Amino acid sequence: MALKGLGGKELAFNIALFTLCAVIFLIILYPLYFIVIASFSDSTLVSTGKVLLFPKGASLFGYKEIFQDSRVWIGYRNTLFYTLFGTLVNMLFTMPAAYVLSRKEFKARRPIMFLFVITMFFNGGLIPTYLLMKDLHITNTFWVFILPFCVNIFYLIIARTFFETALPAELYEAAVMDGCSHFMYFAKVAMPLSKALISVIGLYYLVGHWNDFFTGLIYIRDNNLQPLQIVLRDILLSNQVFQNGAGTGGGAASGGYAQRYADQIKYGVIIVSSLPILMLYPFLQKYFEKGVMIGSVKG
Amino acid sequence: MRLRGGARVFKRDYQLWIMIAPAIAAVLIFNYIPMYGIQLSFRDFDFSKGLTGGAWRGLDYFRQFIDSYLFTDLMRNTFLISLATIIVGFPAPIILALILNQIRRKRMKNLMQTTVYLPHFISIIVLVGMMNVLMSPETGVIGYMMKGLGLGHINLIASTNTFIPVYVLSDIWQHCGWNSIIYLAALSTVDPQLYDSAKIDGASRLKMIRYVDMPALVPTIIILFILSMGNILSTGFEKIFLMQNSLNLPVSEVIATYVYKIGIISNQFSYASAIGLFNTLINFVFLFAMNTVSKKMSNTSLY
Repeated sequence: MALKGLGGKELAFNIALFTLCAVIFLIILYPLYFIVIASFSDSTLVSTGKVLLFPKGASLFGYKEIFQDSRVWIGYRNTLFYTLFGTLVNMLFTMPAAYVLSRKEFKARRPIMFLFVITMFFNGGLIPTYLLMKDLHITNTFWVFILPFCVNIFYLIIARTFFETALPAELYEAAVMDGCSHFMYFAKVAMPLSKALISVIGLYYLVGHWNDFFTGLIYIRDNNLQPLQIVLRDILLSNQVFQNGAGTGGGAASGGYAQRYADQIKYGVIIVSSLPILMLYPFLQKYFEKGVMIGSVKG
Repeated sequence: MRLRGGARVFKRDYQLWIMIAPAIAAVLIFNYIPMYGIQLSFRDFDFSKGLTGGAWRGLDYFRQFIDSYLFTDLMRNTFLISLATIIVGFPAPIILALILNQIRRKRMKNLMQTTVYLPHFISIIVLVGMMNVLMSPETGVIGYMMKGLGLGHINLIASTNTFIPVYVLSDIWQHCGWNSIIYLAALSTVDPQLYDSAKIDGASRLKMIRYVDMPALVPTIIILFILSMGNILSTGFEKIFLMQNSLNLPVSEVIATYVYKIGIISNQFSYASAIGLFNTLINFVFLFAMNTVSKKMSNTSLY
């Protein structure tokens, strides 16, 4: 933008705007940036406040400890499985249902929609849900990560609205003329035309599974089934940093040797656990706004 | 073969029914059966009967909760945390959206949006873990900065005074950007001609924000505000639970975390579901009240 021809007021506004944006940018990004540089730096320098802008005294101690820790790997394996399988089930339940609810000629769509929307405002609460899972005998199995709440009503509405607006009625009529059934139309026409939608909803579900720690906390007792987030909690919050238990007591010794190394591991484990999601992020970022806008058209 | 009306519709629609059946089954089992289980709040829990429950107790468990010595503390903590979240957290994404909407350069706008959405994808465990390491008074970088500013030796994560500010501000840091999307979407529907004619009238950029952008946001703001009032007592369980420690417990114990401790940890199922139901009912009262007020004042309402 050329500065010439701008009034003084306009210039002042632009400067204020730019400053404000820079401040917001730094507030959001600096904590994340700091975690990254701290995870590569010498723990003594980090803990004495010497590492602020650039990594100092390169050290991979934290990462070495993490890669030797079998808990992290078991958690990673479990979470990967729950996330991929869970998202697949989510999509298999959500997409066909959203397609059906977008069909105007389907008479039952209003009562079914009503049945679904009520659950957005009212639910049984923690205890009845917990008892149900026990009655179904899916606590302490991997199924508890996959089956319960496999249809998110909010995402279902987004998908339904998308099908209603993005698939022209003439397309369906033409397909029916050629003897196309609903199954065929859904698989061969609706799905291929909905790549943006599938990416957005898929990502929402994916991130939900990856970050879910509540399910593991409430329903899982077996350590071999625990997802990564529960392992993270042990390391980050309960201070069980070292697998042999050395960090457990050391946390209390303030500024002590164990605490310093424990922090180093914590910085590293934050990076290791968030990396897959953050790597997906730039590729799918452009779809976010679209997804929310589709959903907000009708709510 | 000729089919009668109902049968013909069924023949036409049976594939649709097959496609939606799994979703209906899932919602009925995992959403509706627990609703039936709410009646446990009025009954004794019986291990052999599960969700059906044992002897009828009426409102005994609600009375037990209201009479319990923790009642006032729990209510106060839950209200304060929610109220602070709404008062400070609600306007933040609106302001952010108005700021982002002013950026004219497309690449800068994209960069800002990518950045502010990012924290939303971090898990709560990682967020609380980050807060713990960054705010540690001995070794954290924020601890050092505060010492540098002469604010002294404050333990931000384990003090009754700082719990709510830390909770609310970290919430804004994580979700403000994401929540601004819906306002940005509303702003993108503003007719560009409005800006042009405002310009011709000699309106400054600030005036345009006040008289063009703000009115465009009002309907969205009202709807989202009603919805957030309906959640006045549903403070997020996960983050508070993870931020709790023995030092901040007097201000950080809320209804949701108490239900977890009473129900899942100590297995007092009936008592815990009564507390949960009490919480839900209060939320409903607030949602309903706000919706009525808004209907009267601005003709905007949820239903």
